[in-house]
Amino acid sequence: MDLMKPEMKKTREGFGHGLVQNGHDNPNVVVLVGDLTDSTMTSFFAKEFPDRFIQVGIAEQNMITVAAGMALMGKIPFLSTYGAFAACRSLDQIRVTLCYGNINVKIGGAHGGISVGPDGATHQAMEEFAIMRAMPNMHLIVPTDYHEAKKATIEATKIQGPVYIRFGRENVPVVSEESTPFEFGKGAIYREGGDLTIIACGVMVYEALVAHEELKKQGIEARVINMHTLKPLDEAIILKAAAETKAIVTAEEHQINGGLGGAVAQTTARGNPVPIEMVAVADRFGQSGKPDELMAAFGLKSSDIIRAAKAVLQRKTQPQAA
Amino acid sequence: MNQVETAKRMTQNKPHPITGIEQRGIYLDSVEELAEMAKIVRRDIMTLLAESGSGHSGGPLSIADFGTALYFHELNVDPKEEYWADRDFVAWSIGHCTPVHYSLLAEKGYFPKRDLLKFRKFDGHLQGHPHRLDTPGVEVTTGSLGQGISVACGVAKAAKMDGHPRRVWSFNGDGEQQEGSIWEAAMFAAHYKLDNFVSLIDYNLKQIDGDVADVMNIAPLPDKYRAFNWNVIECDGHKWNEIMDAYAEVGKLYTSGRPTAVIFHTVMGQGISFMEGKAEWHGKPPKGDEVGIALGDLGTTEAEWRKYLESN
Repeated sequence: MDLMKPEMKKTREGFGHGLVQNGHDNPNVVVLVGDLTDSTMTSFFAKEFPDRFIQVGIAEQNMITVAAGMALMGKIPFLSTYGAFAACRSLDQIRVTLCYGNINVKIGGAHGGISVGPDGATHQAMEEFAIMRAMPNMHLIVPTDYHEAKKATIEATKIQGPVYIRFGRENVPVVSEESTPFEFGKGAIYREGGDLTIIACGVMVYEALVAHEELKKQGIEARVINMHTLKPLDEAIILKAAAETKAIVTAEEHQINGGLGGAVAQTTARGNPVPIEMVAVADRFGQSGKPDELMAAFGLKSSDIIRAAKAVLQRKTQPQAA
Repeated sequence: MNQVETAKRMTQNKPHPITGIEQRGIYLDSVEELAEMAKIVRRDIMTLLAESGSGHSGGPLSIADFGTALYFHELNVDPKEEYWADRDFVAWSIGHCTPVHYSLLAEKGYFPKRDLLKFRKFDGHLQGHPHRLDTPGVEVTTGSLGQGISVACGVAKAAKMDGHPRRVWSFNGDGEQQEGSIWEAAMFAAHYKLDNFVSLIDYNLKQIDGDVADVMNIAPLPDKYRAFNWNVIECDGHKWNEIMDAYAEVGKLYTSGRPTAVIFHTVMGQGISFMEGKAEWHGKPPKGDEVGIALGDLGTTEAEWRKYLESN
């Protein structure tokens, strides 16, 4: 891919196309939506399989539990609404019915991250990683691009139990190929490097790749890992990176508390403590604006990763006196 | 002591008169047998609560009669094959009523009655609130109110999509009607014409903080459900002829194009002299001398009923 001129596509479109594929592959797949058929791109499935598409209206709590009932009858329900509602408004239903009951429902959380843009803070879900990571039995996937979103949606049918998949609103760079393998629960090394490791998810994988190129020009070799699965977390790839590069930068379009950075730090703190810098939203709500200007204002660009990389290398080579 | 054990029990293999599905499990045909079973269930409830030292008395006792009628006269399930594909489905949306829920499951044959003495205990399989992965016969994990009804709606919707004739039931409380998600489910069930779905509502007038009418009035409840395009049946939840008529009416509404709410007017703590109609008995068990009085009210003793449970 051309990092300067990448192909641009929406992750939610990958979700929509993945659902259609699922519909063809498995007659038990059904899709539920809460009055957001077009923007969650469940419309593709609705058109192809109208009899297996259930409109629930603006009732996210009911949508989760209705889907649970359908799952108990052998269906494989995928439901979708904005992440802000899917993860937060119906959290009690997710906790008790889905996760404690370990029920086979797949949640497509659309419109995640600050890049949702003009709709503002209410619609910019940036807490889902922390919430889903805290739930026993939950699985959490954060696809980086269109292809990965489609593959994750297809893969979700093979996972037994609740799955949350996070999608964005905007067109984002396509960093993988249709043929790139997607292995659930395993981080994917996108660039090799021995000086530090950048562990990223979602759209931040692209920013990490851009940072990798810039750092290379400066003589710094940064490994880049696409950590598309946050739960269960690929601890082995993190500990290997910690052992081999001895410095880590995490990057995510999410609050700094409880997300990818916290998950990585939890792993290294117990297994192999190394300096970590975290690129994430600094414990504050978003606001209206254009996606690009918001990503910059909230510190989620490749330049922020580069700054973090230099800071972590400083700590790696000149550890602070105890 | 346990007359029902020796009374005529029928395992009917003929098709269910309403759904046409093969009938399985134990049915009690007469009101006398059902009333006797309800008494057994109340004895179970008091004994298991006395043993656990924690749990809810009030709601389980008000549900005991119409719950027994459901499990032993209406519900088509097979304790020997928990996940029988053609079974009726029941959700206990009112999760905290586990004492009556578990008693009904044990009496129906899902697990040994002695297990009831491990209610809420670390080494038992009976959680304080029902958990589908722990207890045979528990279909849905509940305990946070207003969720089980929606799960049941999902089951009913799936049945409609598949053209499956199973009936789907949900136990709901009156206080539970205060949860907003109840009304999301109510809208959904009517919108999708889930006439295979029935909500059994225990209208015992009490909740933890006092009278439902004072805490947050849900009246007029029948009008609310009618306005949501439901069928509504009301009856005295402790009069057997009314309970049986209500279930018969439910059967007639199976193809009505609407979900049905059966509002059972009941008394919290029904059957136990010192508990009846008192909100304070919502969430606590009988203790000390109260245990003997309660079981005395039910025509037995604690020792006798423990022995019954332990030996079954």
